[in-house]
Amino acid sequence: TPQQRASRLAAYKDVWVFAQVDQTGRALPVAFELLGRARELAAIRGCRVVALLGQGATAPQDQAPALLAAGADEVLLCRDDRLATLDARVYAHWICDMAGERKPEIILYGATAFGRELAPGVAVRLQTGLTADCTVLDIDPATGLLQQTRPAFGGNLMATIECPRHRPQMATVRPGIFAAPQVDALHAERGRITQVALADAWRPSVRVDAIEHAGATDIITDADVLVVAGRGIGSKKNLAVAQRLADVLGGKLGCTRPLVESGWLEYWHQVGQTGVSVSPKLLISLGVSGAIQHVAGTGGARTVIAVNEDPNAPIFGSATYRVVGDCVEVARELTARLQA
Amino acid sequence: MHVVVCVKAVPGSTEVKMDPKTNTIVRDGGQAVINPFDASALETALRIKDAAAEPADVRVSVLSMGIPATADLLRDCIARGADDGLLLSDRAFAGADTLATTYALSRGIEALGGADLILCGKMAVDGDTAQIGPELAGTFEWPCATDVVEVRGLEPMCTCVRANIDRGVASLAVPLPAVLTVSKDIADLRMPSIAGIMAAETVSIEVLDAKRSASDARRIGLSGSPTQVVRSFVPDRADGAVTVPGDAAEQACALAQLIEGMSL
Ligand SMILES: Cc1cc2nc3c(=O)[nH]c(=O)nc-3n(C[C@H](O)[C@H](O)[C@@H](O)COP(=O)(O)OP(=O)(O)OC[C@H]3O[C@@H](n4cnc5c(N)ncnc54)[C@H](O)[C@@H]3O)c2cc1C
Ligand SMILES: Cc1cc2nc3c(=O)[nH]c(=O)nc-3n(C[C@H](O)[C@H](O)[C@H](O)COP(=O)(O)OP(=O)(O)OC[C@H]3O[C@@H](n4cnc5c(N)ncnc54)[C@H](O)[C@@H]3O)c2cc1C
Repeated sequence: TPQQRASRLAAYKDVWVFAQVDQTGRALPVAFELLGRARELAAIRGCRVVALLGQGATAPQDQAPALLAAGADEVLLCRDDRLATLDARVYAHWICDMAGERKPEIILYGATAFGRELAPGVAVRLQTGLTADCTVLDIDPATGLLQQTRPAFGGNLMATIECPRHRPQMATVRPGIFAAPQVDALHAERGRITQVALADAWRPSVRVDAIEHAGATDIITDADVLVVAGRGIGSKKNLAVAQRLADVLGGKLGCTRPLVESGWLEYWHQVGQTGVSVSPKLLISLGVSGAIQHVAGTGGARTVIAVNEDPNAPIFGSATYRVVGDCVEVARELTARLQA
Repeated sequence: MHVVVCVKAVPGSTEVKMDPKTNTIVRDGGQAVINPFDASALETALRIKDAAAEPADVRVSVLSMGIPATADLLRDCIARGADDGLLLSDRAFAGADTLATTYALSRGIEALGGADLILCGKMAVDGDTAQIGPELAGTFEWPCATDVVEVRGLEPMCTCVRANIDRGVASLAVPLPAVLTVSKDIADLRMPSIAGIMAAETVSIEVLDAKRSASDARRIGLSGSPTQVVRSFVPDRADGAVTVPGDAAEQACALAQLIEGMSL
């Protein structure tokens, strides 16, 4: 009956945030961004925010306090070497065990490579819904129903998704969308760190033989400013013009797929569905047509300046500023002015 | 060795247009294609078969959940070298989210006699959740590797792959049975061969409805889906762009002012 269902759902409370760590054991920026949004949702709902922190036994000890200072009321901490290799199956069982016992109303994960492998493993084991790659989260104060909005069809369509009859409600959330909160030492003092164990049964099965790290320079996903070159840049030589503009802005260089295919730039520069998703404060695109597979990766950009000689180029449909003209000339002039 | 490749029929990418009046997806012609990531997954499977000491010992099956016309796409997969195909098709499967789709596909895998390796695309270009592969792995309690860029070797017990991870690429040894999801660029799907075209003409694609796949009616389709799309809309940024007028020098001047005001 509806009453039975309502009381079953009412048994679930609190907003959980999975705090992914990097290979050195530090929490990723997206963990803090999610805590910021989780605090706002918890304030509306009148509940607590709980961070889940799994680490290898030798990882840095200061991450749990940092999560409390970023808005968590409690950190469920497990330091165990079986968590060191980021084996999604071990993490999924760890989270399922905790969720089965403590019944969270909501669990949020960063939509990172690992988050997008882990969260479906939790969803299927708990037999609940999971919304992918959200960019907007709202909540109904009375029912706790989470309104999860996400791009689909390569960014051409936004869909709002709800999970009315199952708990926990779960979403992966795109990095760079929410602002990380200010550090709050007072909040950290009131918070609590709870050690939780990992059951004996769960052991990593995938063996990690080697990791080729992208160097700090090989990552465009966290750039605040990104200059993206498309085929309209004309020649490999002209890429230097785009690079110089990126340099004066303290930004990085991204590109469309044809530039990678023709060997002008390496794969890690590629933005889009088969490249990376970016969320810079400023994105300047030079000679990019705006194919949906490309703009699928730029949905998180705050301001987009697009330069294209074709006044009807589709890229203008997802731009904040529309500059019709020769992209090499505009980039050169702009670089000169910014240097002046 | 049995390799099952999950293939989804998606609208041909040029047909994904929005009707500005109704805000709905226009599927003119309705020409469906195989999801490009799944084409790469199929080629990966075919290369595993080609590389085997006894290619005949590697069976490559293609599996899809979709409308009856999807059988033609599976037939095309056979023309390119797959051994057999299974289609799950029933109105009762319609409206499935990833959880209900995963359940139906898991029934299909059982009907195919199980698998040693399941290959999926990293994601479908329409729903683009990238959740089906890892949810299948969870269903069977198998290990999973996502966004695989290279399959280096396949042994009876284990496969060695390179996969994109956060900020890098990992070399992984994944014990079998397992699920892999592959990147688009891992391999380009080959053209059909003459022998393949002939095989595809004579092969019968097995089609199972909900009942014949022994699916639990409560776990499939709309009613088996925890998530619901309650609203969809075109992102409002479209066509809102402010034009920066003038020649290149004037445009650059305006842009420089704008950027300096941004406090980056
Ligand atoms: C606008 C919109 C938003 C949606 N958002 C969500 C959401 O957030 N959460 C959710 O649970 N569902 C969602 N759905 C439903 C979901 O997209 C599909 O219905 C589901 O059937 C397949 O998911 P996918 O397309 O995302 O596949 P993905 O998980 O992206 O596909 C990965 C791989 O799984 C295999 N695969 C996927 N579907 C099939 C199939 N039918 N047959 C064979 N192999 C297949 C392919 O190998 C494919 O490459 C959404 C649907 C729409 C229209
Ligand atoms: C499955 C799939 C996945 C894909 N994934 C990606 C992806 O991840 N990322 C990606 O980028 N693409 C991807 N693509 C390719 C994508 O569809 C487009 O082909 C690609 O983005 C086009 O790149 P472009 O805009 O640089 O080139 P073009 O489409 O050739 O556009 C060049 C533009 O430059 C303009 N131009 C020319 N000269 C000048 C000038 N002097 N000054 C100013 N403007 C000029 C032209 O008007 C035109 O608009 C994918 C495709 C598929 C099928």
